[in-house]
Amino acid sequence: MRRGQTVILNLVAVAALGGFLWLAEGNFDGYKIQILNLIAINIILALSLNLIYGFTGLFSLGHAGFMAIGAYICSILIMSPDQKDMLFLLEPAYDWVQNAHAPFLVAVLAGGLVAAAIGALVGFPLLRLGDDYLGIATLGFAEIIRVLANNFPRLTNGALGFKGIPDYANLWWNFGWCVVTLYVIVRLLKSNTGNVLKAIRDDEAAARAMGVNVFRYKLLSFTVGAFFAGVGGALLASLLTTIDPKMFLFTLTFNILMIVVAGGLGSLSGTVMAGIGITVLLEWLRVVENPVDLFGYELPGVPGMRMVVFSLALIMIILFRREGLMGMRELHWQSLFKVFSRGRA
Amino acid sequence: MNSATFIQHMLNSLTLGSLYALVAIGYTMVYGILRLINFAHSEMFMLGAYFVFWGITLANLPWPVAMVIAIVVTATLGIVVDQVAYRPLRDAPRISALISSIGVSFFLQNVAIVFFQAIPREVYRPQWLEDPIIMGGVRVLPLTLFVPLLSLALMLGLIWIVYRTKAGLGMRAISKDIETSYLMGVPVNRIIALTFGIGSALAAASGIMWALRYPQLQPIMGTIPGFKAFIAAVFGGIGSIQGAVIGGLALGFIEIMTVAFFPDLAGYRDAFAFVLLIAVLMFKPTGLLGERLEDKV
Amino acid sequence: MAGDVILATSDVTMRFGGLAAVTDLSLAVRRGTIAGLIGPNGAGKTTCFNMITGFYKPTTGTIVFDGQEVTGLPPHKVCKAGIARTFQNIRLFGNETVLENVMIGRHLRQKTSWIDAVLFTPGYLREDKAMRAHCLELLAAVGLADAADEKASSLAYGAQRRLEIARALATEPSFLLLDEPAAGMNPQESEDLMGFVRTIRQDFDLTILLIEHDMKVVMGICEHIWVLDYGVTIAEGAPEAIRRDPKVILAYLGEEGGLHA
Repeated sequence: MRRGQTVILNLVAVAALGGFLWLAEGNFDGYKIQILNLIAINIILALSLNLIYGFTGLFSLGHAGFMAIGAYICSILIMSPDQKDMLFLLEPAYDWVQNAHAPFLVAVLAGGLVAAAIGALVGFPLLRLGDDYLGIATLGFAEIIRVLANNFPRLTNGALGFKGIPDYANLWWNFGWCVVTLYVIVRLLKSNTGNVLKAIRDDEAAARAMGVNVFRYKLLSFTVGAFFAGVGGALLASLLTTIDPKMFLFTLTFNILMIVVAGGLGSLSGTVMAGIGITVLLEWLRVVENPVDLFGYELPGVPGMRMVVFSLALIMIILFRREGLMGMRELHWQSLFKVFSRGRA
Repeated sequence: MNSATFIQHMLNSLTLGSLYALVAIGYTMVYGILRLINFAHSEMFMLGAYFVFWGITLANLPWPVAMVIAIVVTATLGIVVDQVAYRPLRDAPRISALISSIGVSFFLQNVAIVFFQAIPREVYRPQWLEDPIIMGGVRVLPLTLFVPLLSLALMLGLIWIVYRTKAGLGMRAISKDIETSYLMGVPVNRIIALTFGIGSALAAASGIMWALRYPQLQPIMGTIPGFKAFIAAVFGGIGSIQGAVIGGLALGFIEIMTVAFFPDLAGYRDAFAFVLLIAVLMFKPTGLLGERLEDKV
Repeated sequence: MAGDVILATSDVTMRFGGLAAVTDLSLAVRRGTIAGLIGPNGAGKTTCFNMITGFYKPTTGTIVFDGQEVTGLPPHKVCKAGIARTFQNIRLFGNETVLENVMIGRHLRQKTSWIDAVLFTPGYLREDKAMRAHCLELLAAVGLADAADEKASSLAYGAQRRLEIARALATEPSFLLLDEPAAGMNPQESEDLMGFVRTIRQDFDLTILLIEHDMKVVMGICEHIWVLDYGVTIAEGAPEAIRRDPKVILAYLGEEGGLHA
């Protein structure tokens, strides 16, 4: 298939997505729209983790930390000074926190950029570590971010967090960023830099022998991943309109990791599909935690059941289908056409 | 700070340190043998504590009996977890078992929430552990003596198993070279199971004593101590039992003393361990007593 | 044929703990030659390769490549200086295609970055196209042009060895280290390999140092040979001289004798 055709098909797909969003905006209820928004943000987060872990082989468990950075930076920038005046009850905010104000696009970008900068900073020492040590160290990084958020009330309002963050993150913003994320990561991975990242994942020693400055490329992947994690966190903050340090527990990283593993480490199309599936599953599982009215009998809801089912699903995937939905394969237009033409034949 | 307060701080450090050390031993033993960070280990700590609570409140067992039963049940559970969630992944990439262990950790934690609910529960503790005794002018909580002493006894028992029994010999052989151990006829799977059993038993004991010391039960109570104990194991040199003990004691000491001398830093207490971890990994990745693992080209 | 010395190691020693894997190694490989490094198993040959390519830092001694000291440089810098290698136990990027494997070797000479790829700059498109064409040429040179889009791990054994060489060539080396290129090959394949090594030396203007156990190959293509035993250089010289050297015979017989004992 020629490049021109692919470009046209991609544009058609984006237009179709736009059309769908337009219809959804007009016809769906708030709950369904919320799920759509979460899907977009989860895909952004999972794509960025897949870049780091699935494509570069860096086992990072620090996503919640980058999300927290993006969320706090963005929230500080989009809340009005008056609002912040009311909000910082424990201690008054720093002047620059108090006065900073920016439009949503700039705020989200700033969230991503600060997350990326901090990612590069911590990546510098941490990325020299091997797989599982890297995992535990990045997890430690995320915890440290959380502890800092608790202890800097003049920046983060401490344990109380932020309330009433402007809800700019609508379908268009979220899916717009989702498309941008997908585009940038696809282009990155399709370039020779992407080949190099995959080489590091497959065989680091051989990559070094081929002249790859392994550390530099790891840092690149980690920083780009951190950027989009920050963007995802920023969007999430504006979508939920409240944030506090408790939101950025390890559970958050776990959910993203689950999407990446379920979709397939090293498959972007797998991540997109799993992002949709798992977000819907997680919402659907809320049912088991709420009381159910069954033919007049009230069945009590079971708190915790949702995560029981969810974690059990992860264990099952790892035990019985380790490569996830797609493995390292990708869904192309070509393969789609093949499926359709076979269906017709 | 007067000397009486200092002695109390020392005893507190020793108590906290031995609790970390007991959990760290389980991490280090499993890592030494399977190169697996067993995330679910911290749930053994939590479940051990809950099982005692059940034994006392539901079955009306006397406290020591409930403790022994809880330890045995947790040890069995540790073995079951290995058999179900890790053993099928022995030949898979190392990270698969790690992800599986993260899954198991969340699973057990949430099962605990389902059964015990997320609200914290008060723990019954025997009166004799609470009445302070005066020793040379210093008020000492018997608990701060009981915990280190019981921990010491358990560690001595462990050292006896590892260095004086055939099973212990097998453990040491497997941690040196699992392939060769297979070939030499070491019952590898049975010994791995035993390792999980012992590790989980020690974690349960630690969790039970933790619940006595900080008398509250919560399904998430294992997470933070678990991370810290793992860090203690890395600090001491992962794979080394002595290292885990030293690392645990050191971490307990650092936490208690830093907060005692710099009360302003109390809010950062949970971050100390992680800062220590990152520092250790940067400057001496093998920890205090660990062996270097070379990458073969 | 023989020119000046392109690679010289002087008294290079590598110790692991108390154990000396290589002692006082002094190689002097002349430009444009095919040289061999032989010796019984465990003689320290691969350790030599690992030191030359920067995977190990020698305990003592220096390595000079083309007038530049490379001792202790990290592997990627050694590669950039013009030394490429293959591995004894083929180490391809198994999940990538054959073409991608070669492109990875090419990244060193690449000027545009991934940001250009995101922005679709004309410079990127031009370079990407040229790079693909160049890599396909390399694949053609090793006879793998038809397999460009196959997964590297799906190739047959001999083809994997050739792909590894193509990948090394993509880094534009002037010096190529081949670690047991004929391992696992039948006599006919080894024969072809000898011709192939001579051809690439010619076509890519290379100096080649190879480790090999197949004496027919070593004696057939090497112009100069070093013999290691327990890390010590016990002989060096032209193939005919090595063949007759009593110390070399003893070292190999010793190994054989060990097998029979």
